[in-house]
Amino acid sequence: MEWITLTIDGRTVTVPKGTTVLEACRMNDIKIPTLCHDPELTPAGSCRLCVVEIEGMRNLPPSCVTQATQGMVVSTHNKKVREARKTILELLVANHPLDCMTCQKMGDCSLAEYAYEYEVTGSVFQGEKRQLPLDDSNPFILRDPNKCILCGKCVRVCEEIQGKSVLDFSFRGFNTQVGPAFNVPYSESECVFCGSCVAVCPVGALTEKEMKGKGRPWEVEKVQTTCPFCGTGCNFDLNVKDGKVIGVTSNPEAPVNGRHLCVKGRFGIDMVHSPNRITEPLIKKDGEFVPASWDEALDLVASKLGAAKDNYGADAIAILSSARCTNEENFLMQKLARAVIGTNNIDHCART
Amino acid sequence: MAGLATTFGSGAMTNSINEIPYSKVLFVIGSNATEAHPIIGTKMKQALARGAKLVVADPRKIELAEKADLWLRLRPGTDIPLINGIMNIILANGWEDKAFIAERTEEFEKFKENIQKFPPEVVSKITGVPVEQMVEAARIYATAERAQIFYTLGITEHTHGTDNVMTLANLAMLTGNVGKENSGVNPLRGQNNVQGACDMGALPNVYPGYQNVTSAAARVKFEEAWGRPLNEKLGYTIPDMFDAAVKKELKAMYIMGEDPVLTDADANHVRHALESLDFLVVQDIFMSETAKLADVILPGASFAEKTGTFTNTERRVQMVNKAIEPIGNSKADWEIICAVANRLGGAFTYESPEAVMKEVAALTPQYGGITYARLGNKGLQWPVPTAEHPGTKFLHEGKFSRGKGLFMVIDYKLPDELPDEEYPLLLSSGRKLQHYNVMTRNSKALDAHAPEELAEINPEDAKRLGIEDGERVKVASRRGELETKVKVTDRVLPGMLWMTLHYKESPTNVLTNAAYDPITKTYEYKVCGVKVSKLG
Repeated sequence: MEWITLTIDGRTVTVPKGTTVLEACRMNDIKIPTLCHDPELTPAGSCRLCVVEIEGMRNLPPSCVTQATQGMVVSTHNKKVREARKTILELLVANHPLDCMTCQKMGDCSLAEYAYEYEVTGSVFQGEKRQLPLDDSNPFILRDPNKCILCGKCVRVCEEIQGKSVLDFSFRGFNTQVGPAFNVPYSESECVFCGSCVAVCPVGALTEKEMKGKGRPWEVEKVQTTCPFCGTGCNFDLNVKDGKVIGVTSNPEAPVNGRHLCVKGRFGIDMVHSPNRITEPLIKKDGEFVPASWDEALDLVASKLGAAKDNYGADAIAILSSARCTNEENFLMQKLARAVIGTNNIDHCART
Repeated sequence: MAGLATTFGSGAMTNSINEIPYSKVLFVIGSNATEAHPIIGTKMKQALARGAKLVVADPRKIELAEKADLWLRLRPGTDIPLINGIMNIILANGWEDKAFIAERTEEFEKFKENIQKFPPEVVSKITGVPVEQMVEAARIYATAERAQIFYTLGITEHTHGTDNVMTLANLAMLTGNVGKENSGVNPLRGQNNVQGACDMGALPNVYPGYQNVTSAAARVKFEEAWGRPLNEKLGYTIPDMFDAAVKKELKAMYIMGEDPVLTDADANHVRHALESLDFLVVQDIFMSETAKLADVILPGASFAEKTGTFTNTERRVQMVNKAIEPIGNSKADWEIICAVANRLGGAFTYESPEAVMKEVAALTPQYGGITYARLGNKGLQWPVPTAEHPGTKFLHEGKFSRGKGLFMVIDYKLPDELPDEEYPLLLSSGRKLQHYNVMTRNSKALDAHAPEELAEINPEDAKRLGIEDGERVKVASRRGELETKVKVTDRVLPGMLWMTLHYKESPTNVLTNAAYDPITKTYEYKVCGVKVSKLG
């Protein structure tokens, strides 16, 4: 591998050839703000927030699409650079709704974070606000086009990761919007509700509908776990507040799927708190289920299984274990069948 | 699973999910990955964007079929002649990997002789796939630098499912496409932990780690570990259990986390069997159709309420981390099992799932080096024989698990029940994107999005029967009948009806045929005869 040595903010750093200036900075813990950049997606270079000053170059190049070269001298946080970034942010904020206090993204919004860092006032430019209708046509994703900053990450993730290409830009200039073709709501498009667009949206334009009003990012405990549906084994974070799962967010550390999930994993976990859950032991009496204590139910199970074994032998009992339960539970179930009851009559729907 | 175990020595996905985007050739047969395994489907599409070639064999016009370089629209149940025909073409053109066959396999000559019985012209008549498409498929797959096969239940849910799998294993060995990165035979396992439940020995013939219950050495090993004499007799498979219950030979059942009344073939037979038992205990998180038949229901906990591990289709053992307490007065399933075992005289004194995993690791060679600490947030892919072993990304490198790869002689067999005059349409079944089996109906959001069955019927048949798109119809087989809405679409072939298994209001498995593969006892969910009629 060929290596490049350059200077960033007075530090000499060495990176592999082909590295962008942005990557070189991030590899060396130098913070650069970005809105349209995503390491998984092709660089767009459109938001210009990652501009830096490079000796010998005219203007301020965006670091995400500028290759590091031998001997390059980069300045990432001088006054000129910071002013440029602040101007970009002021322009974005000028036509961005400022209802942050009720925005679901508050506390996790990149625009708000950078606006704070760069002391954006919102009063430099007096822009027009968009007044577009929300798209809440589906049970999963809430789309607020007024909050969209046109970074295009949702467009790219839909095409490059999901292979769906449902989203794109439409109209021009101030009227530019992102959405499905012909501006139909998500529900009428070819969208499969994987929610990758939500996962990459840096602002409150795309949010999880079911999580709205259920909790703030700083109140939520995130627990990484493995999806209970198909055999792909995606990981995600359960978002827990006050002992309740309020939703799912994806986790870039997930070894199989990264940040990407399907509609079931991302939006179907509300079944945990379904009113259809059985919440107490039940014993059938005269054809009706009657609530029972654990001791009562377990004693009955043990006496009935014990009697079946005593009267007819262990092979008169069979156990169906579960491909939905954990390894540990399946291990215990087959041990119960084999070492306690004394039968190999144990199976599960390995076949479906 | 048995098919690959026989030919390669291990019944698991040979390669890893994250090899898919870098594949050169993907051959997908009987697998609707973009709906049944969506993240794997997206990775296949990423491979296409990088220039990979995709060959799809499927009777339905699934999304991958539309994106494929070549779509082989075979008649349902004709996978064996199709693959044998493709191998006939490979041999005729000398595209086989002679070095691989010589060094890594056995029984090639017998296999080769059998393949001569499948000339492309004959195969084309059986499968409905044009000869030139078979030649192109053979060329793409066999001449690729590396190629991967992916299959799912479209291959296994047949009375000759094991033969289907072994035919695919033959194809991989013939071309040397196994035992390398981006090159293998990959069954995409259905449920979240079906791989793990098999690994753990929740099967009637094997202890954990596929150690045979009929092997004296294995039995002694487990008797010593558990301090009890163990039964030498093979246990009942699921279909055997239901048959034995009807015959009153089976008296009591304990069912955890399954709903066979909805998910097993010939549901009316299953219901009758469960009703014939003296005692049924069901442990579940929802009031399933099976739970309704129980004498006692024990409320288990969902994955969010307990700690443990799941093993995914690529053999990756991953943590399930408890996020909330069990709902109401429910309990983690492992605790319930321990309580039942202890009341029956067992000594299940595990203080945590982690303690159970220690015993699993001690008794299961593939899991030997697994601990919760090592799993962390990335998991490990088995085999992980020792505490230092990094896990295994792909299997059979240099040597098959069984030593040499075994070529099998596979002949064409018809499905158990084909359409006839009385039941003229062929019913096939599967999953759709918005649901996972029957549990996701309990998600308000998913159920609102996809609330009902939409049986797919070809426009030709719909026209002949006078059925409109969206109309409710009656569907009947020899075993039962139901009502469902239909979707008129050329996604299915003429003469074919396709339904999912997700809806208890249109319980497809009252129709399906409980004939099964003789080795795996997998039901033939993919082919049976039905008739469709207008309501009223």
